[in-house]
Amino acid sequence: MTAAAPTKTQYEAIIGLETHCQLSTHTKIFSSSSTEFGATPNTNIDPVCMGLPGVLPVLNQKVLEYAVKTGLALNCQIAPYSKFDRKQYFYPDLPKNYQISQYDLPIATNGYLEIELVDKGGNAVRKRIGITRVHMEEDAGKLVHAGSIGGASRNENRLSGSTYSLVDYNRAGIPLLEIVSEPDIRSAQEAAEYGRELQRILRYLGVSDGNMEEGSLRCDVNISVRPVGQEEFGVKVEIKNMNSFSAIQKAIDYEIERQIEALESGEPIVQETRLWEENTQQTISMRTKEGSSDYRYFPEPDLGPIEVSTAQLETWKAELPELPAAKRHRYEEELGLSADDTRVLTDDRAVAEYFEAAVALGASTKQAANWVMGDITAYLKDRKLNIGEIALTPATLAELLELIEDGTISGKIAKEILPELLADGGSAKELVERKGLTQISDTSALEAIVDETIAAHPKELEEYRNGKTKLQGFFVGQVMKRTNGRADPKLTNQLLGRKLKG
Amino acid sequence: MEFDRNSVRKVAHLARLELTADEEQQFSGQLSSILDYFEQLSELDTADVPPTTRVIDVSNVTRSDELQPYTDREAILQSAPEQEGDYFKVPKIL
Repeated sequence: MTAAAPTKTQYEAIIGLETHCQLSTHTKIFSSSSTEFGATPNTNIDPVCMGLPGVLPVLNQKVLEYAVKTGLALNCQIAPYSKFDRKQYFYPDLPKNYQISQYDLPIATNGYLEIELVDKGGNAVRKRIGITRVHMEEDAGKLVHAGSIGGASRNENRLSGSTYSLVDYNRAGIPLLEIVSEPDIRSAQEAAEYGRELQRILRYLGVSDGNMEEGSLRCDVNISVRPVGQEEFGVKVEIKNMNSFSAIQKAIDYEIERQIEALESGEPIVQETRLWEENTQQTISMRTKEGSSDYRYFPEPDLGPIEVSTAQLETWKAELPELPAAKRHRYEEELGLSADDTRVLTDDRAVAEYFEAAVALGASTKQAANWVMGDITAYLKDRKLNIGEIALTPATLAELLELIEDGTISGKIAKEILPELLADGGSAKELVERKGLTQISDTSALEAIVDETIAAHPKELEEYRNGKTKLQGFFVGQVMKRTNGRADPKLTNQLLGRKLKG
Repeated sequence: MEFDRNSVRKVAHLARLELTADEEQQFSGQLSSILDYFEQLSELDTADVPPTTRVIDVSNVTRSDELQPYTDREAILQSAPEQEGDYFKVPKIL
């Protein structure tokens, strides 16, 4: 036995996400200005969102509805009594010098969402990530660095050396949900999947477009590392400025490495906010974190409390669609689809519902799944379309698959006419008849064609009979050519096999 | 209740106020006496009284999500000390 080498310490990461999501309402959370993205600066402003004296904010009913529905979809408890609070800080993007938010009585608490990762064997691995709270608040405006109008984010502005800043308050007062997870996440991959699942849920509900590039979905990550087995948490660092799920994954991987290196070399980890830099692929220190008590929250005196009635809650609950996790379970357990196929089909609610409609109209599950994920998805990607924008209805897809199933057309013909159906719609059956594409599966008719084909290629026939039996494929090809692909492939092979042998 | 000068400085910093040494001294005294005045409330037994955050008893005041753009955007822009084009202009941050 050799002397044991010192075991390398194993570390684990403790990760929680704080996500801000812009709600897809027409108007702002407390006033009737537009929420349109990309409008001319300072056109969607009004005395309420600008915090002028004497104004009275009034809560947008849709914001409450969307917040409660999101809470329900995240398996939260909806607060029987909820209120708004003022969070005070000075920053030029905040016209009132306070943000109306929710502090101690958020609208929803104590829920979870389920992420599904696929392991190397293709099996679904499910994990629940706790949701601490969901609350409603208003967004702030946007600072634009002088000389770079239209571009830079707040963080870039802070780092540059201009003498003044310009402010656009179009975004001030746009409704946000802040969704805070429990520190249940243990890897960068889990964090990215949590973000994707949250985005999926918000889109299924139709409460947000979840667009990360336009900033409608913004994720901040809290992360610490500790040796496996240690009870207490390590020092927590916050990372911001990631605008894609892959950036979240890379930033976390980088940060885990950085923190482990610091621990190993005995350097202190400071509690701070760090920014992910896409160009250099690293996190950089932004500022040391101030205590949260400095925000001096107090109850917003201009807004009454929210008491969601049981009847209202039941109405909103009944309006929820089947959510992604429930769909995944059903596709895998009831429809017998693989975890991979299920993930692809359920990613977008409209695609899932299209697939389900085709199946409900008689299409086989496996066939419908293959066509939706294969040719139809490829067409959508190619043309940059949504599934709702194609002329091919689920009914026509079911009809097309039925034509293959009953032998009227071959799969090859089906693929050939698909582009026309995708673009123009109409009946698959009529198209097949109009184009004379019906499969030739009548034995005597096909026999005649096979005979002609063999007679036309005496040289190949001789070679075949001298043992080069691979040439059967050549004859199949010739039959297909003569019939424009209409010959029943199975029958063609049978007939050729018999006749070639003589 | 003593509200010392360090507390005055902290509050002044949070409120972005610059105070002279004399003012710090003066406010320390004034704020202490204001807090003392409020302190009288703690003579009451409020153990079984729920906290009051507002005196008007209304809840669930909401409006429908209907667009009503504000028509005098220019007036809001002009009410700020400085503008540049469509923007409000503010001193450099940090």
